[in-house]
Amino acid sequence: MNVELFLFFLFALMAVGGALSLILQRHPIHSALSLIVVMVALAALYLLQGAEFIAAVQIIVYAGAIMVLFVFVIMLLNAGEEERTAASRMARVVGVPVGIFLTALLAWGISGGASSQAATEAVVKPYDTKQLAVLLFREYVFPFELTSILILIAILGAVVLAKRES
Amino acid sequence: MVPASYYLVLSAILFGLGVVGFVFKRNIITIFMSIELMLNAVNLAFVSFSRELGSLDGQVFVFFVIVVAAAEAAVGLAIILLIARNRQSLNVENVDLLKL
Amino acid sequence: MTFLEQHPVLVISVIKVAVLVFLLMTGIAYLTWFERKAVAHMQSRWGPYRAGPHGLLQPLADGLKFLFKEDFTPDGVDRFVYFLAPFLALSLSLVTIAVIPFGPQAIVLLGQQTPLAISDVNIGLLFILAITSLSVYGVALGGWASNNKYSLLGGLRSSAQMVSYEISMTLSVVGVLLVAGTFSLREIVEAQGGYFLGFLPRWNIFSAQFPQVLGFLIFLTAAFAETNRVPFDLAEAETELVAGFHTEYASFKFAMFFMAEYASMVTVSFVTSILFFGGWHSPFPPNQVTPYLPTFLLGALGLYVIYDGLRYETIFGRVVLPVLGLAITALGVLCAWPGVNAFVQAPFWLLAKVFCFLFLYIWVRGTLPRFRYDQLMGFGWKVMLPLALLNVVLTAAAMLGRGR
Repeated sequence: MNVELFLFFLFALMAVGGALSLILQRHPIHSALSLIVVMVALAALYLLQGAEFIAAVQIIVYAGAIMVLFVFVIMLLNAGEEERTAASRMARVVGVPVGIFLTALLAWGISGGASSQAATEAVVKPYDTKQLAVLLFREYVFPFELTSILILIAILGAVVLAKRES
Repeated sequence: MVPASYYLVLSAILFGLGVVGFVFKRNIITIFMSIELMLNAVNLAFVSFSRELGSLDGQVFVFFVIVVAAAEAAVGLAIILLIARNRQSLNVENVDLLKL
Repeated sequence: MTFLEQHPVLVISVIKVAVLVFLLMTGIAYLTWFERKAVAHMQSRWGPYRAGPHGLLQPLADGLKFLFKEDFTPDGVDRFVYFLAPFLALSLSLVTIAVIPFGPQAIVLLGQQTPLAISDVNIGLLFILAITSLSVYGVALGGWASNNKYSLLGGLRSSAQMVSYEISMTLSVVGVLLVAGTFSLREIVEAQGGYFLGFLPRWNIFSAQFPQVLGFLIFLTAAFAETNRVPFDLAEAETELVAGFHTEYASFKFAMFFMAEYASMVTVSFVTSILFFGGWHSPFPPNQVTPYLPTFLLGALGLYVIYDGLRYETIFGRVVLPVLGLAITALGVLCAWPGVNAFVQAPFWLLAKVFCFLFLYIWVRGTLPRFRYDQLMGFGWKVMLPLALLNVVLTAAAMLGRGR
């Protein structure tokens, strides 16, 4: 059991625990905090795989801006705890087996093509932020510019939608 | 080195939990957060595949997924604010009719 | 071999963390003393004078006060979040010190060579930006969890301010990134060694590609806003909104918010001196005299403390102050020893620059009035963000021009 495997299990447990807490907590703010825990655990897993820039972007953008937006909205709307209705209880009873089945199917499906034994560190290219930037600005420059327009549209949409009618 | 299939199984588990949360929770904001959880699970799968295949394209895709999630979160939360203002409730069972 | 012997890196890291946290907490405690003294002298009064000679035991008295005050929990709060918010604020402020490099040399601990930093990651700058993004939560959750309208408003205002100025801060750092070409803080500092024309230090603020003056000014202003200090401290000032987001926090948790603010001040000063002012590089070209500057300064301070202590009012002061002065002078003489002198140069210059920035923070606090909230937000979005973008564009254009 080397250090990398131990760290993987630690952060994987943290991520799964956070996700379970997300769906089991009653108050939305606790769910939001659990989701932040999941995102930080995932950032650590990205670091473990060598994707340093993506880990930093995950924390700066996802956990540090998008989730702040969620927390603001929860605070502004004063969201309270969820009520338990008959419909939600039944959904819980019926759906948990379905959820487990779906997860198992997915897990079997997407890990079928990947290696399942610890591969030797034969040819592991060192991931460099500079290489990522070159890729982003040469091959993927068109989607990159499109996403900037997308963000502009999202800003306009959010401002127009949330404006109070005076 | 941790084999890639471990990461992919973790990604599948997180995605499954996100689907379960999306289907079962009654609060609109929590449903939206389950969608973000699903997107994060997909990001993990992308990064794992990028490492497995030795190509940086997976990380570029993760970058785009994060950006699109940011845009979607902004607009989605604005819509949620409007729904909360109009229906005075955040329970998704109250938003199941087109007419108020 | 036990597990610890097999992984000496773990033990070394724990030792380094313990030493640095202890030094940082003591530094924060005495920073509060220094701030009260400095602001008081700017206002023509003395500041703490009674708790120990020259008020030097005032932080101890404050600490005891915080420990002994009643630690109540208001009714109707969300317990978990109420307890989480100050912990989050303090731990995030402290954790940034983990990537700060204190010197170029490697020291030997437990038989292993380690760099003079807790961890030498090659994305140090991104790590600091990430922690700055996360520190919004301490404030927002603290304001919300207090079950109090004013706290909630203060918390929301403060976190909106932090999010707005975070963008300008990140963009102003991009200029440095372009010039240095690396995220690693150690390499950024090492690229600032050397001197132009033999006497002007090659710091990033005088950079050969494009002087990062605008970047520095934007970074400093954004850092004032991020740490909720004057002139941007609307959300927590005593005369506004009761006390903002930490109204409902009692003794120890309030102390944690308080320490978190000073810790983030210290962290931002470190980051500014590393990014823009050359980190541990001396402003003087190598010569015979300036390596003895630590000796000279410490010796002068020690002798002055002895002189002042011998004429102090109380007997306690007449005993303690000369002893303290003697200790400081001895430390100064120790720094003149050849081996110690070479070792102490790098941390001394870094700490000197940090001290200058902390004094600037305190000086601004004693001098400027505070912004109104709409002025603050307008300034952040309409002035700082375009200027930061302009800085990035100009730096990139200058680098492209020189590259040809």
